[in-house]
Amino acid sequence: MDTFERRKKRLDRSITVRCRGLYALNSWREMLFLLAPRLLLIVGLLAMPLFLDMYWQRVMCAAGIYALLALGFDFLAEYVGLVCLGGAMFIGVGGYISGVLNAYFGLPPLVTIPIATIGGAAISTLILSPCLRLRGIYFAIVSFMLPLFGVYLIIALGIFGSTEGISALDTLPNIWVEQYVIIIMVLISLFVVRRLVNEDLGLILRGIKDNDQAVRASGIDITAYRIRAVFIAALMGCFGGAYLSHLYGWLGLSLFAMDFSILPIAATVMGGMGTLAGPVIGAIFLTPMSEALRGFGQLRVVLYSVVLLGFILYRPEGILRYLDRKYHQFERWEKV
Amino acid sequence: MTSGESILDVENISKSFGGVQAISNVSLTLNKGDIVGIIGPNGAGKTTLVNLISGFLRPDTGVIRFKKRRISGQPPHRIANSGLVRTFQVMRPYHSLPAYKNLIIPLNSTRVKKMRAGKLGDLDAVAIDILEDIGFERDARVPYKAAGTLPLGYLKRLELARCIALKPDLILCDEIFSGLSMSEITSLIPLLEKLQMSGITLMMVEHRLRELFKLAGRVVVINFGEKIADGPPEAVMARDDVKAAYMGTEKTK
Repeated sequence: MDTFERRKKRLDRSITVRCRGLYALNSWREMLFLLAPRLLLIVGLLAMPLFLDMYWQRVMCAAGIYALLALGFDFLAEYVGLVCLGGAMFIGVGGYISGVLNAYFGLPPLVTIPIATIGGAAISTLILSPCLRLRGIYFAIVSFMLPLFGVYLIIALGIFGSTEGISALDTLPNIWVEQYVIIIMVLISLFVVRRLVNEDLGLILRGIKDNDQAVRASGIDITAYRIRAVFIAALMGCFGGAYLSHLYGWLGLSLFAMDFSILPIAATVMGGMGTLAGPVIGAIFLTPMSEALRGFGQLRVVLYSVVLLGFILYRPEGILRYLDRKYHQFERWEKV
Repeated sequence: MTSGESILDVENISKSFGGVQAISNVSLTLNKGDIVGIIGPNGAGKTTLVNLISGFLRPDTGVIRFKKRRISGQPPHRIANSGLVRTFQVMRPYHSLPAYKNLIIPLNSTRVKKMRAGKLGDLDAVAIDILEDIGFERDARVPYKAAGTLPLGYLKRLELARCIALKPDLILCDEIFSGLSMSEITSLIPLLEKLQMSGITLMMVEHRLRELFKLAGRVVVINFGEKIADGPPEAVMARDDVKAAYMGTEKTK
C-alpha cells in the first residue's frame, strides 16, 4: 500500500516578486497586475447601478451606508484599537441633524448633509470622548449603549416627532444622484482612509494600538489622537445617517437600530479585518443578502451571527485576504 | 563632567499600592550631565520610582521638580515634552510598523515640532539618521524590517532611539542591559557614554552592576522602597547595609 503524503505547495507568482516596490513601474504588464484588482473595485462599483433594477438600486444605496460604517469600524478597531459599536449612534445623530434642519428650517439636502456630517461627527465625538480612556471591551459596551440613550432621550422629551418620527423630508433629485453620491463617497472614504493609515497621523494611531504607554512616553497625548480618529470614523457614519434620512425622506427611531452597529462587524470579519477595502466588499455582499431575507424580520441578526461565526471558524482571514493570496500565489499539490 | 547644577529634584516622595508601601520618603537629586545608577534587590521599588518620575504614577506625597519646575501630577506626555523621557523594561515596540517608522511617533511630539520650528523636512530621513547613530546599519535591511521581528538587542536600541528622537535632557533607563548578551552590552556602553558627552543626564535602573559601575559615577541603593545609600559605587558597595540588602544578613546563620 503506498502511503505517500501530499502537501500543498505555495509559490509566489514571479511577477509579484518584482512588483513589490518601484520595480512595478518598469512595465505596463506589472503595473496592470497591481492596478487590476483596484480598478475592478472602482469600475465595478461605478458600473453597478447600470445593471440593477429600481429595488436593488435602493438596496445598494443602503449597502453603501453599511460600507461606510464598516470602513469606520475597521479603521477604529484595527488601526486605533478602539472597538466601536457606535455605528447606530453615528447614523442616528447624522440622520436627526440633517432631518431636523430640513424639516424645521427648510434647508435643502445639499446644505443639511454637509452640516450633519461635520456637526454630527463633532457631537458624536464629544459624546464618546469621556469613554476614550476605556480600552477594549469596555469602550465597546459604552459605545453600544449610547444609541439606546439617544432613543430614550427622544422618546422621553417628545422631541423631533418622538416615536412617530418626521416624514416628508426633501429627497435627493433622482435615483441616479442618490446612488452615485453614496458610491463616490464610499470610494473617496476608502481612498482617504487607506492613505491616512500610512501617514504620520495614521502611524501614531497604529502606535497607540500597539503600545499606548510608549506613545505617552513619547510626548504624545493619546486622548487627543483618539478623538481625531473617532472624529474621522464619525464623519463617515454621520454622512451615512444624513444621507439615509434624505434617501427615505423620513426619519425615526429606527435610525438608532442595532443593525447599524452589528452588520458592520459582520461585514468587517467577512471582508477581512484590517484590510479596509475588505469591509466595504463585505457590506456590499451582506446587505443584499440580509435584504433577501427581509421576510424573517429580526431573525436577520441571526444571519449576521452565522456569517460571523462561519468566517471566524473557517476563513478567519476574510474574503479579501483570501483573494489577495490567491491572486499573488499559486498552489499545487506535491508528493512528499 | 558634572556641572553641579541640579536637573531633577525628587523631594520626599511616597507611593503605596493598597497596603504595600512601594516607595517611602525618597529624596534624590540628579546633577546635569551625570550618569546615576539606581540599584536594589528585586521588588525594591526601582521601577515604581521611574514610573513616579515619568508621570505614569502619581506620588501620594512629595514633589518632583525637573529643571526647577514642578512636574509631579502632570500627565506623562507633558513630562516627556519637557525633556524627561524614559525607556521601558519590557520592550513592546510598535510591532506592526517598520523599525524606522517607530520613530515617526516621537518625531511628531510637540517638543520635536517646536524644536524643528516649522522646518518640516522628511521625517523618514531623520528617523533613519537617528537609527544609524544608535547602531542600526543604514544600508542593511534591519531598519526597514517590522519591529516585531527584531532581536532583543535591536529592540533595546530602538527603545533608546525612541527617547533620543525627543532630544531629551534626561533619560530614565529602566534596565536597559537586562536580557542582553555581554557583547551586546559592551556595544551599548559607548553609546550611553556618547549620550552623556552630548550633555544628556542619565538615570539608570540596573541589575547588571559591573557594567553599570563602568558608567555611573554615583549610585543610589533602594531597598523596600527606602533609599539606603547614595554615593560613588565603591563606597556604596562597601557598606554593610547594602551588602545585607543584596546578599542577606549573616545573623541568620
